Order: sequence, then structure tokens, then C-alpha cells
Amino acid sequence: MYINLCYFITAIVFIIGLKKMSSPKTAANGIRWAGAAMILATLVTFFPGALHSVSQDSRFANYVLVVLALGVGGGLAWVSGKKVKTTDLPQMIALYNGLGGGAAAAIAAVELMRYNSMVSSIGNQAQEAQSQLGDKLLASVDKVSGAVQQITNGSQQVIESAVNQVTDKFYADNGTAITLAVVGALIGTVAFSGSIIAWAKLDGRMKKSIEIPSRNLVNLALFAAIILFGIVVIKSCSLFALFLFFVLTLVFGVLVTVPIGGADMPVIISLFNALTGLAVAFEGLVIGNAAMMIAGTVVGSAGTLLTQLMAKAMNRSLANVLFSGFGNSESGAVAEETEGSMKEIDAEDVGVMMAYAEQVVIVPGYGMAVAQAQHKIWELSKMLIEKGVKVKFAIHPVAGRMPGHMNVLLAEAGVPYDVIYDMEDINADFNKTQVALVIGANDVVNPSARTDTTSEIYGMPILDVDNADNVIVIKRGRGKGFSGIENPLFFADNTRMLFGDGQKMAEELIQALKEL
Amino acid sequence: MTIELSALYIFMLAAFTGYEIISRVPVLLHTPLMSGSNFVHGIVVVGAMIALLGAETFMQQLIGFIAVAMAAGNAAGGYVVTERTLEMFNKSKGDK
Repeated sequence: MYINLCYFITAIVFIIGLKKMSSPKTAANGIRWAGAAMILATLVTFFPGALHSVSQDSRFANYVLVVLALGVGGGLAWVSGKKVKTTDLPQMIALYNGLGGGAAAAIAAVELMRYNSMVSSIGNQAQEAQSQLGDKLLASVDKVSGAVQQITNGSQQVIESAVNQVTDKFYADNGTAITLAVVGALIGTVAFSGSIIAWAKLDGRMKKSIEIPSRNLVNLALFAAIILFGIVVIKSCSLFALFLFFVLTLVFGVLVTVPIGGADMPVIISLFNALTGLAVAFEGLVIGNAAMMIAGTVVGSAGTLLTQLMAKAMNRSLANVLFSGFGNSESGAVAEETEGSMKEIDAEDVGVMMAYAEQVVIVPGYGMAVAQAQHKIWELSKMLIEKGVKVKFAIHPVAGRMPGHMNVLLAEAGVPYDVIYDMEDINADFNKTQVALVIGANDVVNPSARTDTTSEIYGMPILDVDNADNVIVIKRGRGKGFSGIENPLFFADNTRMLFGDGQKMAEELIQALKEL
Repeated sequence: MTIELSALYIFMLAAFTGYEIISRVPVLLHTPLMSGSNFVHGIVVVGAMIALLGAETFMQQLIGFIAVAMAAGNAAGGYVVTERTLEMFNKSKGDK
């Protein structure tokens, strides 16, 4: 009773904690509350009463294993989380998320194995009872063996029908739980292997977006097989089918994620986050744990909404992100030859231009994260502000590799958030802007999203930097960037290119300003 | 009321709650919100502990152990990352 109350309190505090995260002032408090609730829930689970009805006797060794696993898993994650650089945050979040999905799937595996042993024990117990009965009868009435034979033969049928009845009742009682466990296992496993692939891609361990021939067909067939094995598991609790089910689902998660490009990562990361939440909710239902059910569902629905927001910011549907390779097709890049050439400029000229501007808008992208240029950029901005220039930062919702990625980087550098503007708030401002400084962003400032109906990103809301008097683009090379889409902005009359590493260029701009 | 039905109620209300919470979060806080909810589904550690504590065979112990270790990683990692991100936001506020 008290234990369930504690779980209930945990769920409530989680919700309050997440709610507090809707304002920067209370957010830090929110996560601490949630952290305390997590510790409460973990401690309470050590009490024997927390075990659900299926398992009665818990062995001492299991307690030791729990403490050990908590220490190893929690310790490693704690240390890695403390050490990780802010630019590497997306992949770490993907990794931790994958662990959660994997844990949910593993719980399902243990539960289903338990159901399997329950089913097989029904038959065994009946056999045992029958042979005991037979022995007893034989011992007492061994003289009339023929009669005994008849009785045991008769009882064979009785036992068989009893076994069938008990088995039917077992499935009637546990069918829902088994089905939920299987569905949760499916979702959790996809979130697990998918997140691991996302992590590998973001961490640069897997370079290219690999194209699989007719992958939608392959995935469909694979999914059908998974459903089939899932049904077998639900109907028979077969361990063999369960094993195949898990293997195929792991492969499915990998195949779905492998072709997804870096620009789509904000969508995919928040999708897997939502999926893990859902898997946790399903397993919570199987185990009968309210905290898991409520917290999992809250995360599932919150994550779904965030995923939709991200997809909308790219003007694409979730299905489009998942099932069509983005920037992998040749057509978009070749279709239109952009006219004109890129015009280079050097840092000194840019320095002068910015120093005498009224308003400068800085547009950061993933390139800034890679170059770790955020500190230098803020230093540069502070110098401009001292000179009386109005400096604003413009952030596209899907800039970077996870939702809000740029905000975190700028916060790390110490940029106050009242100079940071969302897309809707800043777009009208660009025609009053003398210099728009684009650093490491590409697709989110590509004007062909507005004009070119043949472009793959047509319709995606963008930052209208081309409306500024001058556009300066800091870029490492002349390449097309991650998506492989040509960007006419780089060839526009009012655009000048500053080729080089983001951090080095920012440093040069600072020097240029100092020399003025 | 059957267990299935009350579970359905919980799902529905919790889903609505999640939707309401996030619909008011500014873009600024999307990362901490995501990693915060990442931490919250670390509650899976409770289920993993229950599974491992009730394990009867070696196989169940093994998988249960992996489950607890992974779930603890989810919870601990999610917490640290969220807290660090939020500290950065606090720091940037202080600079003004």
C-alpha cells in the first residue's frame, strides 16, 4: 500500500518537474524534484512488497545483482554525462534514450520467459499428479491390474482436458498482459537499436547515410515477419519465436535509422524518445506499476508533440522523414544549375562592415557546433555591442542535431536569452538588418525553400537572411553541406563568403575589430 | 471496472497531461525538455529491478541484470545531461 503510494507520488512529481521546465527560471528546480522522485521510487522497489504477484520468492543473489547493476550502469552513465562536451550532447541523449528502450525490451523478455515457464509447468504438474495417482492406485490395488489400467487410461483423458482448461484459463487471464509485453518489446527494441545507430551517426562513427535497395519493401517484409512472430509468442509463449522476434526487431530498428541524414536528426531523436516512453508505459502495465505507466505515457505524448513540431519546422511529415531518403536522390541537386559565382571576402572587410552596422543578426547552425565557435562568436558580439551595434541571434527550430541544440550552445557561451530570437520573431527584422552573419548553417537559410518548387526542401520555413543588406556566410568549403542541396544564397549578389573554420574565422573577425 | 479499462483511463489522462505540458514550452528549452523527459522514462529502472528481483532462472537473471544496468544508465545519464544543460541557461542569465 505505502509502496504504491510512493510510486504514485513519483509520477505526480515527475509531471510537476516537467511542468517546471516550461520556464528557464524554474527549470533547474524541476529536474532536481524529478531526480529526488526517481531515488524514492528506486529505494521503495527494494522492499519485498514491491514485487508483483507473479514472482513470490526473491533470492538474495538477485538483490546483490540489482545493487551491482545499478552501480555499474548508473555510475558509467553519470561519469560519461559529466564529461561529455556540449557539442556531443545529441548523441549522448540518443544513447541514454536507447538504453531506456533496451531496458523496457529486456523487461518484456524476462516477463515473457516467466509466462513461458508458467505455461509449460501446467502440463508438467498434471503429468506428475497423474503418475502419482497411478502409483498410489497400483500400490493399493495391484491385484486388479486390469482395473487400474482402465482407471489410469480414463484419467489420462480427464487430465488432458483439465490441462487444456487450465491453459485456456491461463491465456484468458494473462493474454492481455502478454500482448502488451510483446507490443512494448517491439517499440522498446526499435527505440534501442535505432537510437544506437543515431548515436553512432552523430558521433561520427558511421559516416554515410547508407542506401538500401528498395528498403521500404525490405522493411515492410521484415515488419510483417515481426508481427507474425509476435502473434506466435502471444498465442504460445514460445521461446524460439520470442528469440526470432527480438532479432528481427533489432534489425528493423537498424534498417529504419541507417538511411536517415543528419538534418533529420532532431526529428528522429525526439521520435525515439517518445517511443521509449511508450514502451516503458506498456511494460509498466504488464508489471502493474503506476509510476511507469503514467511517466511513460506522459513522455510518449510529449515526445510525439515535439516530434511533430520538428517535422513541421521542416515542412515534412513524419512518414516522409522515415520513409524517403532526404538529400540522397540525385534529382534535386542536378535539376537546377545556380547562376553566378560565390564572391569571397576577407575578415577585415567584414569587421568594418559589422562595426558600422546598426543591426547585426547572427545565424548559427550545426557548423558552429562542430567548430566549437560559440564562445568566440559571443566575444565578437560583445565587442560589437560595445560599439553600439545591435546584435541579435536568430535560431531556426531544426538548426543543429536535436531540438533546441543552438540554444544550449549559446547558453554555454553565456549569451543572454533576450538577444536570441525564434524564426517567427526575427524574420520581419532582416530587412532592417545591415549584416546577417551565417555561421555553419545551410538548409535553414536556403531561399529555394521559398521559390523553387522542384527543390526537396520547398515549403520548409526558413530564416529570410537574404533580405538583409549584406549576408556573410562563414563556411568551411565550397561543398553543398550535409543535405547535398544547392544553396542559391551563396551565389546571391548581396552575399559574401568567408571560407574557413568557424572558430578561426571568428577569431580573425575579433582581431579585425580590435584593429579598427 | 476492469483493470484494462482503468489502465485505458490512465493512458488517456497521462497522454493529455504530456501534451499540455510540452505545448507551452518555449523553443529555448527544447533540449532540456527532451533530455528531461528522457530522464523521466528512466523510471523503467523500477520495472527492471522488479524483473531482476523476481528472476528464477540464470537466463532471467542475466537479462534482468542487463535491464537494470541499462535503465540505471538511462536515468543517471539523463539526469546529469539535463542538469548540466539547465546550469548553462542559468549561467547565461547571470552574465547580463
